[in-house]
Amino acid sequence: MTSIDPPLAMLAEVTHRCPLQCPYCSNPLQLLTASQEMDTETWKSIFSQAAEMGVLQIHFSGGEPTVRQDLEKLVAHCEGLDLYCNLITSGVLLNKDRLIRLAAAGLQHVQLSFQAAQADNADRISAYPNSLEKKIEIGRLVGEIGLPLTVNAVMHRQNLDDLEALIDLSVELGAQRLEVAHVQYYGWGLRNRAALIPTRAQLDRSTNIVEAARERLKGRLVIDYVVPDYYARRPKSCMGGWARQFVNVTPNGKVLPCHAAEDLPGLTFDSLRDRTLADIWQKSAALNHFRGIDWMPEPCQSCDRRELDWGGCRCQAFALTGDAAVTDPVCELSPHHDQVKQIAKKESGESPPEFLYRRIGGAN
Amino acid sequence: MMTDRRIIDETSVPRLPTGVRLKFDDPRDQWVILAPERMYVLDQVALAIVRECDGVANVGGIIDALAEDFAAPRAQIGGDVVHMLQDFADKGVIDA
Repeated sequence: MTSIDPPLAMLAEVTHRCPLQCPYCSNPLQLLTASQEMDTETWKSIFSQAAEMGVLQIHFSGGEPTVRQDLEKLVAHCEGLDLYCNLITSGVLLNKDRLIRLAAAGLQHVQLSFQAAQADNADRISAYPNSLEKKIEIGRLVGEIGLPLTVNAVMHRQNLDDLEALIDLSVELGAQRLEVAHVQYYGWGLRNRAALIPTRAQLDRSTNIVEAARERLKGRLVIDYVVPDYYARRPKSCMGGWARQFVNVTPNGKVLPCHAAEDLPGLTFDSLRDRTLADIWQKSAALNHFRGIDWMPEPCQSCDRRELDWGGCRCQAFALTGDAAVTDPVCELSPHHDQVKQIAKKESGESPPEFLYRRIGGAN
Repeated sequence: MMTDRRIIDETSVPRLPTGVRLKFDDPRDQWVILAPERMYVLDQVALAIVRECDGVANVGGIIDALAEDFAAPRAQIGGDVVHMLQDFADKGVIDA
């Protein structure tokens, strides 16, 4: 392999702690506790290393990153390194003073999640009382103190009827961006897949709503749209390619190519407690395992899209076939593609089972 | 807080809003705009235009300055500058 470009952005999962229990959480099934988290100085050192390497953006994520009382210090440290700081939050632990402190520390942008536009449904999905009211209040405050806002609406079969209301809410809050992201089926989302996956007709309806809103709101609200993989014909370019543009750091310092990769068997991810970020990025056997195109099987290896979609998603290949090294079965050229369509049809056609909520020990 | 689409014309006064930063990306030897969950790599022309978006100059003045800098006829570049700024405004990269 020739020279490896540094990542453009880091997803800093500063904690797995979160007061919400959404059944599609992107965190792994085995959640880390507060005592396993890295301390302030260790995170600062990691951000310094990231800036030195050429990382441009830090996405503070979790869990809920605002449970960490040192978040302002971490943002201020990044600001001092001229790193662009984004906060990915549920909002429920924020208040005006804290938002002002974070903005003063250098925070550039807030991405605020919404579970639904109806209060009872939002509370049921998040297993947290009065979450909608609180989130609307925080969304307003973000605009009031002059920070740009993205509304993140995670969609699935149990809240798709709220899509139009969530678009209206985003406009009302003065959001610049709205992410309409259908749930991806990894980790908790995979365990809850049958409770979350929409029918083809529900998906098509949401796509039409989004396209009409994009037209209507051009120049006022940018809408990003993520469809559920199981209904796609070609795979997404997952993370823009394995260990290519993004680096994910877990609360205890593991360096991953994405938030879900730690569940892949046979790969050992290195820790920033032992080695530097630059060393891990360049030399980690796990990061090099699926980097570039040399690892690809057919039909990827001879496909003219191999450097567009990078073979799709390794976690998805593993989840659906038990082998992380095969073509993402979402691709219609994969021999497993029919199985994906059958799962989508069967599970979305049955009545949804109860949610398995995201909580420590909840998946055992 | 409903806002209308910002239509760019020669009287508009563009600026980079909070949450949008122009930065030289040293390791990759390029100029970039960092925006909410977005990054845009700028070519020489885009960089020249963005650098003029100081919240003081209007688009007419920016076209005058660029016509002089690039020794290009004003009529030829004016439409392109407005078009690019409109695209940036629609993406939320500039305010006007």
